[in-house]
Amino acid sequence: MSTLSRTASELFWMTRYLERAEAMARLVEMGRRMAMLPSDRETAADEWRSVIAASGCAPHFEGRAVDERAAVLGLITDRENPSSIVSCFDRARQNARSVRTALTTQSWETLNEAWLKLGDLTEERVLRELPQTLDWVKGRCAQFRGAADATMLRDDRYDFGRLGIFIERADMTLRLLDVKHFVLLPETEVVGGGRDRHQWTSVLMATSALRAYHWAYRGDYSPWRIADFLILNHSCPRSLAYCYDEIIGVLDRLARAYGARHPCHHTATETVAMLADIDIGEIFHDGLHEFLIGAVARNNRLAYEIGAAYHF
Amino acid sequence: MFDEMRGADGTRPPYREIERWLDALGPEALALKRDEAETLFRRIGITFAVYGEGGDPERLIPFDLIPRVFSATEWRTLSRGIVQRAKALNAFLHDVYHRGEILKAGIVPEDLVYRNSAFLPEMMGVDPPGRVYSHIVGIDIVRTGPHDFMVLEDNCRTPSGVSYMLENREIMMRMFPDLFARERVEPVDGYASMLRATLEEVAPRACRQDPVCVVLTPGPLNSAYYEHSFLADQMGVELVEARDLFVDRGLVWMKTTEGPKRVDVIYRRIDDDFIDPLVFRPESVLGVAGLMNAYRAGGVTIVGAPGAGVADDKAVYCYVPDMIRFYLGETPILKNVPTWKCGDPGDRAHVLDNLGEVVVKEVHGSGGYGMLIGPRSTEAEREIFRRKIEADPGAFIAQPTLALSTVPTMTADGAAAPRHVDFRPFALVGREIRLTPGGLTRVALREGSLVVNSSQGGGVKDTWVLADR
Repeated sequence: MSTLSRTASELFWMTRYLERAEAMARLVEMGRRMAMLPSDRETAADEWRSVIAASGCAPHFEGRAVDERAAVLGLITDRENPSSIVSCFDRARQNARSVRTALTTQSWETLNEAWLKLGDLTEERVLRELPQTLDWVKGRCAQFRGAADATMLRDDRYDFGRLGIFIERADMTLRLLDVKHFVLLPETEVVGGGRDRHQWTSVLMATSALRAYHWAYRGDYSPWRIADFLILNHSCPRSLAYCYDEIIGVLDRLARAYGARHPCHHTATETVAMLADIDIGEIFHDGLHEFLIGAVARNNRLAYEIGAAYHF
Repeated sequence: MFDEMRGADGTRPPYREIERWLDALGPEALALKRDEAETLFRRIGITFAVYGEGGDPERLIPFDLIPRVFSATEWRTLSRGIVQRAKALNAFLHDVYHRGEILKAGIVPEDLVYRNSAFLPEMMGVDPPGRVYSHIVGIDIVRTGPHDFMVLEDNCRTPSGVSYMLENREIMMRMFPDLFARERVEPVDGYASMLRATLEEVAPRACRQDPVCVVLTPGPLNSAYYEHSFLADQMGVELVEARDLFVDRGLVWMKTTEGPKRVDVIYRRIDDDFIDPLVFRPESVLGVAGLMNAYRAGGVTIVGAPGAGVADDKAVYCYVPDMIRFYLGETPILKNVPTWKCGDPGDRAHVLDNLGEVVVKEVHGSGGYGMLIGPRSTEAEREIFRRKIEADPGAFIAQPTLALSTVPTMTADGAAAPRHVDFRPFALVGREIRLTPGGLTRVALREGSLVVNSSQGGGVKDTWVLADR
């Protein structure tokens, strides 16, 4: 079993871009909720700036005035922003088109149809129908994952696509936590503070995890528990721990199929072991921010090592 | 003018079912169905890029819903003629790259071959497996009467369009299942497995295991990219770009996630010029350095062989009936269109005197570009061609303007009106010659137009071969 290196690379990036498009939609959703709170204009702009920082699109917005309109359009429709939702779809579709033979008809058609509909996302319409637009984006991404899940052969190609999803998702969760880490720090906790409470729920909203969190923690919003949920809880599908469970599963399967282990296997195993050993108290004790930037760096290294191991 | 549906004595038998179907459906329903078909094509991504124009870079070839039909008897004659021609063309290619008997016999002028830009001296003495040079021969055929089929040109390099033959049928079967239930239409879906069998049959001598075949594409920006990916997918082989391949120790390898993997047969959809930068164009980024050497040494098979284009040039075309007689000792089953070679002084004089009546073509042109259709030309256009021909007579041929047959075709409002068509079947040449019952029918959508090329506003139709009753 083996596949063209270029195919592996295109599949890896295709799913990454789709995951990113979905994450962008969630981030804008979070920003929109924050903006609905009564506040002065500067606070509202700050919220959008933190959304932009979490999205990794800060360079695109450099030197521009940020308000809701600029942030929403920049993150959704602006093709000059390489990580905007529209750009992500463009690139995912480009990747998919280069490796059409590696995709099932249903997966391809799902993605292609979504891409064909991008033309309908005019600025005016996005601003007017923002919630519907965001739902549409999330829906298309889910539909693609579903089509791939239901129809694709479980071979190495599928595995490279899976790796793209979880590398990107882990990255997004970590960056989102980092941007909001100051709200999660105990010293900023104002007992009963409505705004902070809203901040925490928004973080959970951005990960589509609010209801899941209620089930797991019975509605007890404490910063520790939110961080625990998004970093260490194996049953939260957007947590770092869950992403790495998936990553290590895929990498082990590849190692068995190819009969070889590589540095990427070592790095992923190390991260999984570290997550098993540590508890949330230690993370806060050693510094949440330091933990998060360390994990982002390790995640990036892993992505690089995967490419090196499989020649792409 | 011959219409394939409405003959001199009423509706011709192969079209009776089609006629009933058209009458039952009516123009409005038909127009709605057309929109439905277009949505299907877009969703699947069956597109075609037209170079040098702005607008939608992935455009659809207009698909006409009304099928073009051949009876079993008509197909028997056509298929024998196509196979015969494919055989003779390959024999010719082997000959010109070896002893050149046909040239020595004075049947084909040497200049037409040796001074042809498609002739590759690098191919002299090379023995491709099975002596096959052109593995996929696309023969363009036109019709002028009930029994009059003529070959318009041969395509020996890498003729495109076969994916439309397959997808048109898919779409038709999806949209009109009842039509296929009533009429016995020969299936075309065996093409991909036949192509794969053909590729495996011409694996190089160096290949000891199951041959690894690939489709080599210039990439997603190429106009026929959809077809490349479609064929690779249908055959279950990798679709590679040149950057995925490299040559080492006289063999060709592709870069995979497990490291290099041997490649035995390359069905290339890139032109000769771009195969190997070491041999042809040094500036090309499309090619694989060293590929020609590996090929010549028998390490890999290139499908079709480099240099196969020397057989499908419009001047060499005139001699294909002679080739059939020379190599096969048979009488040509399919006629050529009478052709005047402007390089010949007598022919040239005739062409220049009759520019208003003939069709002038560039010997090396393709895709309907660089053509003069006399009866539809302006005085200025004729003057330009007169000067071009006088400056370089050998570069042009001329043919009478043919009254191409027509087939009912849907107009904008859904009504059916006669439009001119041609036909391209695809013969596969390996150890044996295989032919799918069908092919690509191209149709000139503009009323009266004779140009069927997709780059010039032509469309396509599903082509039916009816089974014997």
